[in-house]
Amino acid sequence: MNNSVLLISLGGVLASAAPILFAVIGETISERAGVLNLSMNGLILIAAMGSFAVALATNSVVLGFVAGAAIGALVALVVAFASLTLGQSQVAVGFVLAMLCRDLSYFLGSPIMGKVGPRISQVPIPLLDRIPILGPLFFQQDVMTYLSFVLIFASWFFIFRTRPGLVLRGMGEKPAAAYIRGENVSRLQYVYAIVGGAIAGLAGPIYSLSVKAGWKGTISGLDGIGWIVLSITIFGGWNPFRAAFGAYLFAFLQWLGLVLQPSLPSVPSQVLQVAPFPLMILTLLLVNIGNAEWVDRTLARLPENVRRDISRVLRALNAKPPASLGEPFKKE
Amino acid sequence: MPDKTNKSPRNPLDACHPDSSNKKNHPREQRNAATEGTAKEHYASGFLYQAGAVVFALVITTFVLLAAGVGPFQAYKAIILGAVGSWDLVSNVLVSWVPLLLATSGLLVTFTVGLWNIGIEGQITLGAVFTTWAMRAMQNSGWDPTLILVLAIIAGMVGGMLWALLAGALKTFGGVNEIFGGLGLNFVATALNIWLIFGPWKRPGIASMSGTLPFDRSLWMPIAAGSSRLTPASIVIAIVGIIIVYLLLENSYFGLRLKAVGKNARSAYMLGIPTWQHMMASFAICGVFAGMAGAIQVTAVYHRLIPSISSGYGYLGLMVAMLVGFKASIAAPVALFFAALNVGSIQLPIILKLDSSLAGVLQGTLVLCVILGQGIRTQVQKKKRATP
Repeated sequence: MNNSVLLISLGGVLASAAPILFAVIGETISERAGVLNLSMNGLILIAAMGSFAVALATNSVVLGFVAGAAIGALVALVVAFASLTLGQSQVAVGFVLAMLCRDLSYFLGSPIMGKVGPRISQVPIPLLDRIPILGPLFFQQDVMTYLSFVLIFASWFFIFRTRPGLVLRGMGEKPAAAYIRGENVSRLQYVYAIVGGAIAGLAGPIYSLSVKAGWKGTISGLDGIGWIVLSITIFGGWNPFRAAFGAYLFAFLQWLGLVLQPSLPSVPSQVLQVAPFPLMILTLLLVNIGNAEWVDRTLARLPENVRRDISRVLRALNAKPPASLGEPFKKE
Repeated sequence: MPDKTNKSPRNPLDACHPDSSNKKNHPREQRNAATEGTAKEHYASGFLYQAGAVVFALVITTFVLLAAGVGPFQAYKAIILGAVGSWDLVSNVLVSWVPLLLATSGLLVTFTVGLWNIGIEGQITLGAVFTTWAMRAMQNSGWDPTLILVLAIIAGMVGGMLWALLAGALKTFGGVNEIFGGLGLNFVATALNIWLIFGPWKRPGIASMSGTLPFDRSLWMPIAAGSSRLTPASIVIAIVGIIIVYLLLENSYFGLRLKAVGKNARSAYMLGIPTWQHMMASFAICGVFAGMAGAIQVTAVYHRLIPSISSGYGYLGLMVAMLVGFKASIAAPVALFFAALNVGSIQLPIILKLDSSLAGVLQGTLVLCVILGQGIRTQVQKKKRATP
């Protein structure tokens, strides 16, 4: 494989990671506020189908993206209402919505299946796209991929460097403290859950109007992405930079699976496509194992210098979830 | 050994972890939150809200059908006729009821300790894989077919159990939330299954998505007279299974301890109940049931291993378990209803040019409305209490 082909393929990896990035960062914002939106798998599918339907009917990709965000926000609103107002389990509602929205997208999407509709195209950025290596990699993408780069930095800046971001983090950790400080916790949780849902909803149109243009029902290959998104959110430790690393790693591994396919003809393509999943479990294990009690106790028995090295590695990998994740705040 | 008692490590996204102080997210808790007033009033209002939820779910799906440009009554009629229109269709409903009820039975056990065993799909698949392996190993041995079938089903149960224990070990020893560990293992199980079908176990000649070579007819589970696929033995297994789970959860000391762990793992530990062992045990039990479902799919339904052998019964079982409020006593009829919806919608693409995912839409809307209904009921009762 010569270098320019390789660069274009790697540029494709960045583009195919864009929808995952939007979804992961949307979920990260929602979970930072303490709302676990487990419906991601259905949310992305129905946003993809709905936005393609709208774009097809109006011949406007912009309206398609608006529809995707609106659908994502609506699904998130159901999760928020069921958990924050009605006090039901976020896991239960999220799981049911994941199943329901998936079937709903297959059912309502069957008339538009396989149709050719509008899609967004690549917009090379003048001058910058001429830079060797970096040009083809970063500056010959479509608008949403550029936005995905911006989103990583913007969301990190918002969460860690602004005052509302501080409140957001505080809400996930100790909602009572935010309440005492005069914040309307319940309303803010609604807002962030819905905003997170809208950002995640954009993943749908990025698929159906760009990365995997069109709607192909059950063979769209989108079923399962939402579950990956939730895993990457944990892997990312609720930090946009780490989440971006996870999203790119995943997209790269899937691409690697496709590239390796011709050299391993005896392995069915479906097997290589799932190669990232065992790795995902392994990384979840590495990220979480530092939280397990028995690890601490085993480490305590080791000699001092070995222990220091191991615990440093574990601490670097370790990710702590927002402390009040999944628990609706009650002022009583 | 993992010790969940002191400085309980909070796992990511672990909303329903027994250690968590969040009682609302515990599956069994939602039901109990509403126990106010006299028992009679309680059940009457519970029934009212449930009936309301069902009606509301029907209204929503009717709107969905209207949006899709179909006459709702036509669609409902087609589903009903597709499920009970002939003896053959009814027997198909029973054929899909068996694995669904087995999956639900197993899940009731994991739900009791507060675990979301989403990995059940992979456990069903591994059950099917182990059964196929055992059948392939024994099919030319000349042993009695009944013996081969029994051994193969046992192999399937072991397979499901091992896969469940893997998810359990990730959870207990590695701190990996069972939802995400399970999901990852589901994908791995599917890949393993497809690799076997296209690789080592491929049909002579060309491998295909239609699965491995079917077993000899003598190794099929005996089929009922006048039916194409219904096997009375599998029906008996499913019924015995749900009865065992009912007795285990409602009438045994072990079930009581499982409930204690599910309600509050820390207090249970203080009372001398070994916490993580009970979690692993519930994973193992659920895995056995899932493996049995997979074994029956192989020995009684498809007579071979196919790529989508689990057929989504695991996820559907989660929905059934939620809908019945985690009570074993009504799981069987609700699972039967869900199986009827699935079978009834198979013909929809031919009769009405509708996608058969309508069954999933109906089931999902129903479960969602029941959950929302429960929530509204809890809020209303809270208000009532606040204003005497």
